[in-house]
Amino acid sequence: MSQPVSPVRHVLIEGNKSYHNISEDLCVPTEKAPSREWIVAFTIASAFLGLYIFAVCWTVWKGIGEWGANRTINWAWDITNFVWWIGIGHAGTLISAILLLFRQRWRTGVNRAAEAMTIFAVICAGQFPIIHMGRVWLAFFIFPFPNTRGPLWVNFNSPLLWDVFAISTYFSVSLLFWYTGLVPDLATVRDRASGFRKKMYEIFSFGWTGSAKHWQRWESLSLILAGISTPLVLSVHTIVSFDFATSVIPGWHTTIFPPYFVAGAIFSGFAMVQTLMVITRKVLKLEEYITINHIDSMNKVIVLTGTIVGVAYLTELFIAWYSGYIYEQFAFYNRVFGVYWWSYFGMMFCNVVSPQLFWSRKIRRSIWWTFFLSIVVNVGMWFERFVIIATTLARDYLPSSWSYYSPTWVEISLFTGTIGLFFTLFLIFTRVAPVVAIAEVKAILKVAGDQFMGPNAKKSHGHGHETEKQEKH
Amino acid sequence: MAAESKKVLYGLYNDEEDLKSAVKTARHDHLNVMDVLSPFPVHGLDPIMGLSESRLHILGFIYGAIGATFGFGFMSWAMASDWPVLFGGKPYWPVPSFIPITFEMTVLFAAWGMTITFYTICGMWPGVKAQIIDHRITDDKFCIAFDVTDTDERGVSGLQAFFKKTGAAEVNVKML
Repeated sequence: MSQPVSPVRHVLIEGNKSYHNISEDLCVPTEKAPSREWIVAFTIASAFLGLYIFAVCWTVWKGIGEWGANRTINWAWDITNFVWWIGIGHAGTLISAILLLFRQRWRTGVNRAAEAMTIFAVICAGQFPIIHMGRVWLAFFIFPFPNTRGPLWVNFNSPLLWDVFAISTYFSVSLLFWYTGLVPDLATVRDRASGFRKKMYEIFSFGWTGSAKHWQRWESLSLILAGISTPLVLSVHTIVSFDFATSVIPGWHTTIFPPYFVAGAIFSGFAMVQTLMVITRKVLKLEEYITINHIDSMNKVIVLTGTIVGVAYLTELFIAWYSGYIYEQFAFYNRVFGVYWWSYFGMMFCNVVSPQLFWSRKIRRSIWWTFFLSIVVNVGMWFERFVIIATTLARDYLPSSWSYYSPTWVEISLFTGTIGLFFTLFLIFTRVAPVVAIAEVKAILKVAGDQFMGPNAKKSHGHGHETEKQEKH
Repeated sequence: MAAESKKVLYGLYNDEEDLKSAVKTARHDHLNVMDVLSPFPVHGLDPIMGLSESRLHILGFIYGAIGATFGFGFMSWAMASDWPVLFGGKPYWPVPSFIPITFEMTVLFAAWGMTITFYTICGMWPGVKAQIIDHRITDDKFCIAFDVTDTDERGVSGLQAFFKKTGAAEVNVKML
């Protein structure tokens, strides 16, 4: 290989793999019968999906009066869940787009699964704005289509409408990016399959052959999609934060929201990637592709973004005090010491204090700590959205309309139900497509595989000729 | 795809370095390579093959520009001309409010336009039957293919010699 290999770089693919081993390892999970763990997980996930469908039918049939939301606290679990899911849906595109532009090769082990996770999280997120409209059959009113009312157009001044465009663009562009990356790998599965499976994969792999010109265009497309997805992923959570920041509610009307939301989104997204990867690598036996170094790198991103989020929380408090504006001061006093103080402290503990443990290399590289802390961070980020939305609304301008909110079983079912939806989709994905990008892993094998670098290296990096074979201990 | 069948002589290599040096030899010997196929993008192959750079990114820019113009133009027309509505004393043509959607439309058009163009120019769509030369090309083999439909005996044996010289692991003939 003519590419320089730095001795400080980690080995990214372990286990002395050949190209054929890689196809074998990554295609087999889609070929063999599902394992018992998979069947159990799928049963539980689809049971929650069933609960979700029931709760949606209940909401649509009876109306959103069945929720705990009231006239004062008119956005509650619905929008909390929406923002939580959309935040989770940021890590995939971040990993695949931003890390591609920065030429971070470790992304190839996790990008496929992370992108899939993004798409499923955005599907879950999209449920809530639609359900919370109440009359879901009129949901298409949010699009500017020629209508019989004039045509009267939607209000392009409204951040809620910007959100419609941002989320739908983000979803469709992520889908294109993910699927185009998947096509060569589906062709690999196709060429190993037979019978009905082969027919299906023939359709889904679009007639891919692996021609040099196609690869060249494919790489060009991937790079440009990465380039435009990078500002896109930043814009999406910025626009979600505009839903709050452009309103005139004290506690929401703050200029720090866009960067604070984006950092929080990356934070929660990486936490969810960790939760899923730790399980996936174990169940599908992918420890040689999704290595401890991957987990370590992602934990570094978590400690960075968690700290940014912590600084944002403190800045908010400082600015509220420094503004000298009593309504702003009250909003934040209420946020910290008001009726929902427990959610504020839960948020502070889970998001700011707990990720600091990742400064320790030992904890960063521990599977159990990573799994535990990733769940804690996910809980914390849910609390963050609840704190911003519900506690702010609970104490509005008129003390006579102050209120308290607690969810009903319908809202709890909707939330846990979307978790079921998410895992159902993810489990199906692990059965039908390779969860690690096969072609991309093969492409980095010679610069990051352990037989080409590190102590087990067999070949010299100079010109590919054999040197003394070192035995694996 | 063309209905008439093609006779393809192809060699399979085990390593991308062998493939690259073979392609270099083929260019040097002025052989008319039909296609080079690999399980993953082999970097440095395009200049050796003499492939010109893809122009897809230029189209991406054009699609993006169309999206931006369309988004901004449509919003301006709808809000300022077709049905002006006074929202809380704000101007009829609130340009800063249009920035987010204009940006989203730019990205949307560029991404969809480029992806559709990519699949169209590569001749790939759901239901297209792949012209598979060898099943192992998507696994671990690197392939150089020659179209030998109209090639005489001497030409074919010349190509056989080329494969032998460049270290192909296997040489086969297939009707496509």
